[in-house]
Amino acid sequence: MGFKPFVTTALAIMGMAFAAQADENAKLVIDGQTMITQTKAPAFVENLDEIYSGWVFRSDETQALQLDDFDNPGFVFLDQGIDLFNTVDGSEGKSCASCHENVEDFAGLRAKMPRIKDGKLQTMEEQVNECRTTRMGAEPWKYSGSQMTAVTALISLQSRGMPVDVAVDGAAAPFWEKGKEIYYTRYGQLDLACANCHEDNYDTMIRADHLSQGQVNGFPTYRLKNAKLNSIQGRFKGCMKNVRAKPFKEGSEEFKALELYVASRGNGLSVESPSVRN
Amino acid sequence: MKKTIVAVAALLLGTSSVYAEVIAPKNVVYQDGAVSKSLTGVAGDPAAGRKAFLNRKQGNCLACHVNSDMADQPFHGEVGPSLDGVATRWSEAELRGIVSNSKKTFEGTIMPAFYIDSGYNRPLDKFAGKSILTAQQVEDIVAYLMTLKTE
Ligand code: HEC
Ligand code: HEC
Repeated sequence: MGFKPFVTTALAIMGMAFAAQADENAKLVIDGQTMITQTKAPAFVENLDEIYSGWVFRSDETQALQLDDFDNPGFVFLDQGIDLFNTVDGSEGKSCASCHENVEDFAGLRAKMPRIKDGKLQTMEEQVNECRTTRMGAEPWKYSGSQMTAVTALISLQSRGMPVDVAVDGAAAPFWEKGKEIYYTRYGQLDLACANCHEDNYDTMIRADHLSQGQVNGFPTYRLKNAKLNSIQGRFKGCMKNVRAKPFKEGSEEFKALELYVASRGNGLSVESPSVRN
Repeated sequence: MKKTIVAVAALLLGTSSVYAEVIAPKNVVYQDGAVSKSLTGVAGDPAAGRKAFLNRKQGNCLACHVNSDMADQPFHGEVGPSLDGVATRWSEAELRGIVSNSKKTFEGTIMPAFYIDSGYNRPLDKFAGKSILTAQQVEDIVAYLMTLKTE
């Protein structure tokens, strides 16, 4: 899928500039399990027929890294996640494992996050910090810090292969509406909305980047660019800075609502955490 | 008359009178999207314009447009149309208007406005109140675009 400018130019003259078209036939099979990387868009997504995992748009080399957990650089951090999960911290003398004996019991949680709890929208990071502060008597972790991403990756891995299925109606509805509004709002000096890049122009090249639909089913994501696990809201922050906009704060009501909305646009795609992206 | 106002405004802003001819973003006059008057009164330099077109912190036009004149550069964007032969399709005034504020020509376009300095939603502090390109960079890029003709 290498990008050749002169080929593109020739195609552009013919009225079809799609040299970097996604390989829709590529299959993501990990450990014998086939991931859903393409499926029908949920009915509430107005302008898309099909939804695609970001994996579909990556180069052959980047795609290959996710096919085998031994090649996936994100797994180094999962080992750290296991250690942290078992480490006692805080005034109550507890670790995560004191309350959650088997991390496997978290199977299915990633697919449902963010969710409504006690009338509030809650992200996985918030749930982890709630356990740390109220049950362990420990300090909260930094929202997108290395400890947090390692542990959310470990929890998310338990749902790998399950279809994303966040709730958008009932108590979630007002948050979802707010997230949707943000998704379509243009921000920054470049005056661009999430939708301008990830809905109107996915599967096209923006300079060296092959635009995906900006789905979050693979988070936390290991990025080759910064060689670490990245949180969903950390990625939102990066995209806002790229359009020269002042990002919302991680954990803010705005970013939580946006996370719910963006996650819902991926309902039906497999949880891929920890995915590999460039 | 308009010139005097611009000159006075420039003095008030503490700008040297050498630049008195520079038209501030809010004073640019659009007619059906086109801007006939030079923003600086200084002829654009196509070589400088070519550089600003490429520069990721300036025009970064290649991010969205294929341009065969830059075939040596990897990664031409596909978000906008190819700019090959663009000067055959558009006049200088139209191109100045498209680069300064393409929304006046293409309603609702995704292409950023390169010569406005207000109306931004949550701009990063260092970009607030500033245009992406300077008036002279716009003139240079327009001069460069004028070289992109199809024979
Ligand atoms: C100027 C274009 C642009 C805008 C606007 C933009 N993004 Fe992105 N985004 C990118 C690029 C380029 C990438 C990296 C390639 C890819 O995955 O699309 C990316 C990646 C992402 C990813 C990672 C996808 C994955 O598979 O790992 C997410 C999530 C995302 N964007 C969400 C958003 C959200 C939410 C907004 C609005 C706040 C937004 N983006 C605005 C260009 C943009
Ligand atoms: C984020 C994407 C983006 C960037 C960056 C961008 N453009 Fe555009 N441009 C577009 C799109 C999209 C169009 C098509 C107009 C439309 O219908 O929205 C366009 C149209 C044009 C046209 C009219 C082309 C034709 O043949 O009709 C010109 C000229 C142009 N752009 C020049 C530039 C220059 C010069 C720069 C940099 C200073 C630039 N563009 C940066 C997206 C972009």
